[in-house]
Amino acid sequence: MPAQDVRELRIVGFLCNWCSYGGADTAGVSRFTQPTDLRVIRVPCSGRIDPLFIVRSLMNGADGVLVSGCHPRDCHYAEGNFYARRRLEMLKRFLPITGIDARRFEYTWVSASEGQRWQHVVTEFTRRIHELGPAPTFNPASEADWNTLAVQAGQGQTCPCHG
Amino acid sequence: MSQLDDLKNAIKSRLGELECVIGWEQGYDPLHATPLFIRTEADLDRLIIGPLAVHNLATYLPGFKGKKIGVVVKGCDSKSVIQLLNENLINRDDVVVFGLCCDGVVSQRKIRAALPADPGFVESVEVGAQDLKISVAGQSATLKLSDVLADKCLICATPDAIISDVLIGAAHTPAPAASLACQDEFEAKSDAEKLAFWQETMSRCIRCYACRNACPMCVCRDHCIATSRDPLWISQDNSPAENMMFQMVHVSHLAGRCTECGECERACPVDIPLMLLRRFMNKQVKDVFELQAGTALEQTPPLLTFKVEEERINERGW
Repeated sequence: MPAQDVRELRIVGFLCNWCSYGGADTAGVSRFTQPTDLRVIRVPCSGRIDPLFIVRSLMNGADGVLVSGCHPRDCHYAEGNFYARRRLEMLKRFLPITGIDARRFEYTWVSASEGQRWQHVVTEFTRRIHELGPAPTFNPASEADWNTLAVQAGQGQTCPCHG
Repeated sequence: MSQLDDLKNAIKSRLGELECVIGWEQGYDPLHATPLFIRTEADLDRLIIGPLAVHNLATYLPGFKGKKIGVVVKGCDSKSVIQLLNENLINRDDVVVFGLCCDGVVSQRKIRAALPADPGFVESVEVGAQDLKISVAGQSATLKLSDVLADKCLICATPDAIISDVLIGAAHTPAPAASLACQDEFEAKSDAEKLAFWQETMSRCIRCYACRNACPMCVCRDHCIATSRDPLWISQDNSPAENMMFQMVHVSHLAGRCTECGECERACPVDIPLMLLRRFMNKQVKDVFELQAGTALEQTPPLLTFKVEEERINERGW
C-alpha cells in the first residue's frame, strides 16, 4: 500500500531487539516492499513491554499498535516472552470493554531471519488498520468545539454566554 | 446468643494479645457505618455488624504489617485476606481473622435511589430480616433488603468467610456462580456505544483516587505510578482520556489479583460503575488461567508466572 495513495495512519510497533527488530532489518536489507505507516520502537525484550505502553499509545491517538517478539522458547533472556504472552493476551481480551476495538492491537512473534514473515505481518496489520480507519478519540471534544471555545474566550465579557 | 454477641466474646478473648481489632461502628448517622479500631474492651460496645457494615476491612491490613492485629471479615473480604497472604503482603501469624457468615450488605447508592428525595441526615434505621426501615425528618420509609443489596451480594458465591480463625454465625449453602444482568447487558453493546458510555462517565471523574485508596489490593500507596511525575504516566489534565487511563492502570495492575470486593465502586463519589471493568477482566482471567483471585491459598497470581505451553493462549501468535 504506497503511502501516496491514501492518508497515512499512525501505527506504533514495539519490537524486541533480538528477534523482531532484526527481522524487520532483514526485511529492509532484502528490500521487501512494506507499508510505511508503522513507527518502530525498539525494546530490549517483549517482556519489557508493559501493557500500559499499548493502552497509552491507543489513548494518545495511535490508530493501531503492533507488538512483536521472539518466538516462545527463543527468548534471548530465556523467559521474557512467556510473561509477555500472558500479559498481552490479557490486554487483548480486556480491550473490548473499554470501547477500543481490539483489532487495533495485535501481538505476534517474528524471528531475526524471518524477513518475509515480517513483511507479511506488517502488510496484513496495516491493511487491517486501514480497513478500520482512524481511531476515534477518547476525548469527545472535537477541534470545532475548541475553536468555538477560543472564539468565546476571545470575546471576553461581550460573549453572549455572559448575557 | 446473637451473632454480634458471639463476635464480641470472641474478640474479647483475643484482644489481650492484639494491637487492635478492626470492625465497624455507626458512622455520622444510623444509616452509615464506619471502620472501628478496637483497642480496649470499652470500644467493643460500639461494634456493629449486619447489612450496613459495608467496608472491606482487609484494606487496612498491609498498613499494619509487622504488628499483631485482628480483623472482622465477611465472605468477600476474606478473599482479599487470602490474596494478600498469597502475595506475602501480610503474615498469617500476625493476623487473627474473625470470619462472619454474611447475609449481604446494602448499597448506599441503591438506598439513595429508592428513597423519594436525598435523605440527608437519617434519624434511625431498623434492620429487619427482610426489610430496612429508615426514618428521616419524622417520616419513615420501608425498603425491601433484597432491593437495596449491593450488586456483588446478588451473585455472591462465598457468603461465609473462607479463611478464619473464628467463624461466627450459621454457614450458608454456597450458591452457584451467576452473572449480573447489568454486566451482560453492557458487554453486549457495540464498541462505539461502550466508548460513548466511558466518555460520558469518565468526564464525571474528579480523580480523587478514592477507588485506589479503598482497594485492598492497591498496596503501592505513595509510589503509585498514577501520581508519579517521572515517569509521567498520567498528566494533570482532567479529561476523560486521562481519567480512563487511570482506570486502565488500576485494572491492569489488578489483573488476576482483583477479588471483586466492589470497594472501588462503593467509594466512588460520582457513581462510576467501575466494577464493569473489573468483572470483565476477572472473567478473562478465569477463562484463560482457570483461577479466581482469593479463592485458594498458595496460589501465584497468574501474571507473575507462566507455562511454556499455554493451553488457552494461541501459541503461534497472530
